Parts: sequence; C-alpha cells; structure tokens
Amino acid sequence: MPRGHFGEGGCSVIPFASSLLDCVSCSTEDKHLGPADYGSSVPRWCPGCGDHSVLTAVQRLLADENLPPERTVFVSGIGCSSRLPHYLKTYGFHGIHGRALPIATGVKLHRPDLNVFAVMGDGDCCSIGAGHWIHAIRYNMDITVLLLDNCIYALTKDQTSPTTPQGYASNTQPKGSWLPPLNPLTVTLGVTNASFVAQTAEWVPSHLFETLKAARAHRGFSFVRILQRCPVFTPDIFQKAVRDPGQIELLVHDDGIPTAGLENLYKNRQAHDPRDLHGARRLAEFDGKFRLGLFFKDASAPRYEETRHLPVHTAQERMDLLDREFDRYAV
Amino acid sequence: MTDTTTKPARTSASAVAAANPRIIEAREHTVEIVSDSGEGAQKCGQIFGAVSAKMGNGVWTVEIIPAEIQPPARSVAGASGNRIRIGSGPVTNWGDEAHLVVAFNEQVVLGRHRLEALADDCVILIEDMWASHPDEAVRAAWTAAIEELSSKPYRVIRVPMEERCLTLVENARKGKNMFVLGMLSCIYGRDLQRVKDQIAHQFRKKSQELYEQNVGLMELGHAWAAENLDFRVNVPGMADTGEMVVMNGNEAIGMGCVASGMDLCSMYPITPATSVSHYLSEVFEKFGGMVHQAEDEIAAIGVAIGASYAGKTAFTVTSGPGLALKTEFIGLAIMAEIPLVIVNVQRGGPSTGLPTKVEQGDLLSALYAQPGDAPRVVIAPATIEECFHVVVTARRIAEAFRTPVIILTDANLATGVQPFARPKLDVRWHASPPDQSPVSAGKGPFEWDTRTGLSERFIPGQAGGMHTLTGLSHDEKSRVAYDAATHQRGCAMRSRKLAVLQQTLKTPEIHGDAAGDLLVVGWGSTKGAIEEAVDRARAEGLSVSSVHLRFLSPMEPGLGEMFRRFKKVFTVEINYSDDPSDPFITDENRRRGQLSWMLRAQTLVDVDCWTRVFGEPLRPGQILQAIHDRCPGATSGKGGAL
Ligand SMILES: Cc1ncc(C[n+]2csc(CCOP(=O)(O)OP(=O)(O)O)c2C)c(N)n1
Ligand code: SF4
Repeated sequence: MPRGHFGEGGCSVIPFASSLLDCVSCSTEDKHLGPADYGSSVPRWCPGCGDHSVLTAVQRLLADENLPPERTVFVSGIGCSSRLPHYLKTYGFHGIHGRALPIATGVKLHRPDLNVFAVMGDGDCCSIGAGHWIHAIRYNMDITVLLLDNCIYALTKDQTSPTTPQGYASNTQPKGSWLPPLNPLTVTLGVTNASFVAQTAEWVPSHLFETLKAARAHRGFSFVRILQRCPVFTPDIFQKAVRDPGQIELLVHDDGIPTAGLENLYKNRQAHDPRDLHGARRLAEFDGKFRLGLFFKDASAPRYEETRHLPVHTAQERMDLLDREFDRYAV
Repeated sequence: MTDTTTKPARTSASAVAAANPRIIEAREHTVEIVSDSGEGAQKCGQIFGAVSAKMGNGVWTVEIIPAEIQPPARSVAGASGNRIRIGSGPVTNWGDEAHLVVAFNEQVVLGRHRLEALADDCVILIEDMWASHPDEAVRAAWTAAIEELSSKPYRVIRVPMEERCLTLVENARKGKNMFVLGMLSCIYGRDLQRVKDQIAHQFRKKSQELYEQNVGLMELGHAWAAENLDFRVNVPGMADTGEMVVMNGNEAIGMGCVASGMDLCSMYPITPATSVSHYLSEVFEKFGGMVHQAEDEIAAIGVAIGASYAGKTAFTVTSGPGLALKTEFIGLAIMAEIPLVIVNVQRGGPSTGLPTKVEQGDLLSALYAQPGDAPRVVIAPATIEECFHVVVTARRIAEAFRTPVIILTDANLATGVQPFARPKLDVRWHASPPDQSPVSAGKGPFEWDTRTGLSERFIPGQAGGMHTLTGLSHDEKSRVAYDAATHQRGCAMRSRKLAVLQQTLKTPEIHGDAAGDLLVVGWGSTKGAIEEAVDRARAEGLSVSSVHLRFLSPMEPGLGEMFRRFKKVFTVEINYSDDPSDPFITDENRRRGQLSWMLRAQTLVDVDCWTRVFGEPLRPGQILQAIHDRCPGATSGKGGAL
C-alpha cells in the first residue's frame, strides 16, 4: 500500500512547537496587588457612563480577593460594555458579538484553575447571544457573569434592545419600543440548574462591589444583572431611581448581599431567602421598583466542568491506548 | 426449487447446473446489497467487506443511504444498503456499475437500475415473496418492476429469502441480512470461520443467543446458494498485505484526533459529520479527551476557540450548513491567531441540500466565507488513510502558524470503508505541552517576526503575558488600533504565514507522465476514481496524467509550471459548474468548478473543468468519458468496467 501523503514524513511542516517542549510550570508570585495594579489603558467610555463604575468595582474585587492577574480571564462580546477587558491587566478575550459565553465555557472546561469572568451587554447576552445564555445557565460552570444592562444598543448608537422599556424611543423604533421588555432575571430563574441570580446597580458602588464579591465566591454560573446608565442614549431610564432611592428596594437576608451602610439611603427593604426559588421568581417580576440583591442561590447545583472531569494521561500512555484501539480495526 | 425466472424469461439456474457451478474469474467485482432501511443490509455489507479484506482482497465499501431515516417501505427512493467493490489489488473507489445485486424487494433494485448503477450483465438476486403477496397492489408493483428491469439484459434470480428464514426464526425481517451474507459467502468463496468471527465482532454487544441465530441464518443462506446457484465468483486476494486496519473515513478522523493529542471535540450533530463524534463519544474519554455537544454550531466552535486560547488542543467537526454558522468565529480565530482544527465533512448543498450525499461544494466557502481578508489553511485528504494522518498535520500547522486549519472531507470518505496499512504511532504526533514559563516584561502577544508573520502566543496562566485578545484591528501588544499602518501590517503578517507554509510544501507528484496532452486535476475523495480512469486511458494509449492536490490554501508550489507542460488541463470535481453547451452560457459568464476557478486565478492557465453533482461518488467510467471528450485521439464510447 502506498504511504499516504500525510504519513510519516509526508508533510514537511516545521516542528516548530518542539521549542516549547520544556514546560516550565507557572510561578504565581506571592504578592498583594492594589486596584490600580489591575488597571490597564485609559477607558474610552463617555463621561458619566456606568461602565466606569463597573470597572472600578471589578478592580477593587480583584485586589480584594488578590486574584493573580495571570490566572484571571475576562471574556466579553462586542458593545461598549464589552470593552471592559481591555482596561484590565488580567488575561482578556474581547470576542465577537453575542458569543462571550461559548468562549468562556471553553476556557473553563479544561482550565478549572482559572478565574473566569464573562462581561456582556444586554444586546450581547439577551438578544444575539440568548441561545448561549440559556445553555450556559444549564451548564452552570464556575463563571462570574456580568450583564451590563443599559437597556439599549449603545455602541451601534441607539437601537432598541430586548430590555428597552416598552414605548422608549430609539433610532430603530422611533415611535417607541413596540414590545414589552424581556426580563433577564425571570428568564435566568426559569432555566433548569440556575444557581446564582442577583441584581445590582452601578450607581450604588458598595452594593455593586458586594454583589460581585458574592458572585465570585459562588461556585457556579453566577449571573449578575447590573443596571447601567448610558447618559448618551438612555439618560432617563434609571435617572429617577438614581435621584429617588424610594424606587429601589433592597433584598435582605443573612445569606444575601450585605447592605451595611445603605440603610439610611435605601429604606425599602424586602426580606428574601435566596433559597426560595418561587419567591425569587415573584420578586423578579418588574413592578416599578428596582430590586437589588440576591434573588436565588443554590450551591448544590451540579457544575459541568466537574461532571465532565477526565483522566489525565501522558502522551505515551495515550499512544499505547490508541495502539490497542487499532486492534479492534485490525484486518 | 423456486429458482424460476420471471416473465420475460431470461435465464434459469437449475439444480443440475448448481451441482457443477461455473466459476467466474475476476480481478475485481462489485456487489450491492439493497433493502428498505432498517433491514440490516448495511451490517451484512460491512461484514462481507471486512471478511474480504481479511482474505487479502482490496476493498472499498460505501453505504447507500436514503436521505430520510425511515423512507416508505418498498420505495424506489428508499434503497438503503452497501456497495462493496473487491479486487485482487488495492481498490481505491466504488467503481462503475455493480456486477451482482442482492435486493430485499423489487422497488429498491429498481431505484438502483434507474440510477444506472447496474452493469448490463448484472446478476440480480431478489427476494421473491412479493410476487405472490396477498395484496394485489404489491403483486402489480412487482410485475411492473420486473417488466422495467427487462429493458436490460440483467439476469434476475428469485430467491425465497423469507420462506427459508422462517424455517429458523419467527421474524425474517430481522435475519434476512445474515441469510444474504451466507449466500454471498458461498458465491465469493469466503472462509466461513472468518465470517463467523466477523459476525461475533459485529454483534459483540449483543447476546450469545443472537450470535448463534445469526450464524444459523448465515449457514442457511450459504446452503441455499450452494444448492441453487450455478455460478461462483473468484476474486483472488493478495498473498501478503502486511498489517492492515479497516475503517471508514470518519473513524479515521476520530482516531487521528486521538493520535494528534486533541483534548476536545466540540460539535453539534450534523450528517454526515456526526459519526466522528459518535466514535469519539465511545472512546475519547478513556484517552482523557472530551466530546462536548454544544447548543449549536456557533457555540461548538466558540467553546473550541476558548479551550485553544486556554492552551488545550481542540477541534470542531461539522458539515456545510454548520460551517456556514461558524463563519464569524473562524474569522475571529484568524484575527486573534488562535490555533484550531475545523473538520468539514462536505455534503450536497446549498442550504440543507443533500444531507447524506457527497459533494465538494464547500471549497470556496471554506476559503473565503469571512469578511475582510482572512487567510487560513485548508487541506483535503484524498483517502481514508489520509483522513487519519491529516489531523496530525493539521494540528501541527494550526499551532506552529497560530491559525485555524480547515480539513475538507466528504460523505464519500466519511462512509467509505477501506483497509490500509496499520499506522506506526509516534508519540511526537502529540501536541507538546503549552509553554507556561513567565513572559519577559513588555513582550506582546503578536510580536510578529516581520519576515514570516510568526509570533509566540501566551496562554492564561503565564505570568507577565497578560493581554486582551481581540477581533478588532490590533498591534503587537493586542491594543486596538484603527490606524492605516497598523491594519495594513496586521493583514500582511497574517497573510505572510501562508506564504511561509507554502514554502515548506512539496510539488505534488504527477500520476503518469510529467508532460503530455491532458492533465486531470483533482482534490479530496475523487483521487481513486480519477487515477483509475487515467490508468484506463493510458492503457488505451492516451497521453493523460493526473495530479491530486491536498493543500488548497496555501496551494502547493509548482502548479503553473506543471500545467504548462500539458496541452490541456481540466479539473474533475463533485460540485456544480455550467455546461458550456447550455443556453446563455459563454466562456465569459460560465461558472466553473471551484478548484478550476482557483487554479485559473493562481496559475493563469486556462484550466477547464468537468463536474457533476449527482449526489454520489464519481465513477471512473464517467471520468474516462470526460477524458475521451478532451483527447483528440480517443476512441469514443463508454468507459466500461475493467
Ligand atoms: C454579528 C454582529 N452583528 C452586529 C454587530 C453590531 N453591534 C455591535 S455592538 C451591538 C450591540 C451593542 O449593544 P449591547 O450588547 O447592549 O452593548 P452596549 O454597547 O450597550 O454596552 C451591535 C448590534 C456586530 N458587531 N456583530
Ligand atoms: S454610549 Fe453609553 S454605554 Fe457607550 S460608553 Fe457612552 S455612555 Fe457608556
């Protein structure tokens, strides 16, 4: 039988990778970094954009948790919000519109040692990437998910998004959005294997920080919807709530998001046990009040990367196994 | 016995003749087993093919697949089964027409007849229960079919399959395939012990009782043929074939993935690619590999890209419609220079097209589907053996050149079964573990060697290498940059890599003389059929050669020079091209075969094409005809079987 074109020596591709053979294992230096150490280039968001506050909270979280920058990965899609990884000194992957979650899944699947975050806008997550969102909830991998919800497509300049309030005008629906908005919280809570669902607002920095902290501590798919102001295209959607704390209601519970220091400003409080899924679904329905806090948490939900845990073999062991596999096909 | 021929009378094999059968000596023979789907014809064919390979025959087995899972019973379009071509030497393709057909009903054989799949002197062994079926409509259909078949000088022999099987089992539908296996074993003189061993292998997950029943049915068929058939076929095998393995192209791809050290197969089901993941789902975990069935093709490639970015070796496997969905992600992998292997098992298009049938219609979309300039590597294995090795090559190129590599196979390779030399495994085929050493300060993830475009990548976990990959235009540090010079440079660097790879490739070998009247150029699964046609043409004294391309992007060097040594060059492809004699078609507006299109642009040679989209592999005879049409001195006429 003639040797195949791709058989031994068939293709003279440079065995380039051999120079990488000496594998030096990573050394994480034991040093403590401050928030500024996680900052990279100067953000290009508009003045007053809520994305700035999220970036600050994220940097604070990284410093607070002392996450090694080289072991931390921020994956994002496309949108104003998805620029966030560029402004961090961690590893980042600014991918394509709507597809942050598949990439994050791939990263985490084989590298459970990495701290993986996904950052998406509402168009990114709830429209073009909605299919991935639903399934990522089911996979329940240990990924911290930040939905920066400004209720509009901002990067592409003012088109209606799935979360735009009904009647709110945009360039594509100038007479106002035709449809009632999609509610990212109830959707997430409706999916099998949901394990962590919280809502916060970027203009309440301590709540934002505490929510991110709780999300990061949860082992599973931690979904955080962050109400985010876009002063350019949706200046009035959250403005009333910013000015009038009476429009905000804090969910409180010992296992929830700590609200210390917020008591004076935010008087509306609602006791809610995050183990109560039905209560969570009811509270997640929008009734004019913005509820901030932990809606649901289930630490026992199975995680895909654990379910799929695999044996580790050396290359030689794999080849020996493969040789045996060929016996099955021997003539 | 019932071995009476039907009206109009043609031949009759009498018991007297059977006692002293005529031996047909053949260098090669092609047999088809066709049934309604679910009657087990494919299993029978697989066993027969494997036994023949073990007896030293060259074998090519291909599935005959209806497009629907359960087409209506007894329908012309529902023919399901196998074609097995066996030879005294290596067999590289499915051949021209079948010399023997075993049919479980008259409608399925009618389907094959209408597709001109049967040789004029074909022997048809046909289940005869339908002739005396209680339903008048069935009897009428039988009569009409036999009448239609009589337009050719086939020899039709009626076989009481059902009746005989019922002497052993209650439901003959389940066991007829083994009866047929027995008949074939008798006709072709197959070693019965090997047949039994292969039955045991095929049904290894089933009970001993079932095995015994199957062997009983097989022996029943053997005995019937021995008593009633007046002919045998002798196709001697090769004495020493060395150590061989036998599998289909998708299994070979799956094993290639293991051999290349892949960690992840991320996929979404689509015919005819899915069986790669079926195979891997069965075995991959024990190697430490994972099959991830994603929510769609977009996610499938996204997960593979994420894993590769994180330092693992990953591939995704799909077919045309899935490749279309992966388009945007492939562009990202090119832009962010992420190693990735994408296997596209081509089927008929466009759109859902011909899901189970072969086509080579995705070449241009594999090359050009992305927005902007998106250079990537595209390779097409030509044989089942190459399906195994190509993955190792592709994985290496992907990593060395930080690029996606698309492997184009097709339904013909995917389902074709062929023995080949058992590969001698080499641990160096595996990916080396990713470099995790700290990155020196200030080093960027795209510090291109400006001569080659090559650069070193860092993966998460590597201290000091932190950066954000992006699909936006970027500089050496992966900083987003929209300025003219940066974009121009990035495009140049990504493009340069292909030139560098091209420099490492060899000019493909010519099959035949290095100069002459006519050169046939092919790619992918058509190699065997093209070379067989060229051999026949050369035996007729024609000055014809062929060359087969594995690398479609970048293309192998020396093609223009090679082409200029021939008076005419044409490609043979399984994709659509306008027929120059069709209305409105001119030399200027003619849409050509995809490879010829590329070759014309690349070589400035007037490369013609001959293409067909019949939804089946090309037959050597058809290609020979195309050669005759282009050769001045050719004896015209149909290129028959050897
Ligand atoms: C496939 C694809 N479709 C469309 C776009 C254009 N696009 C870029 S960002 C965006 C929407 C951004 O809105 P959102 O995700 O809410 O993020 P924001 O900018 O508001 O943060 C769109 C439609 C694109 N980049 N890719
Ligand atoms: S357009 Fe809106 S979302 Fe985008 S940066 Fe400006 S303020 Fe922020």
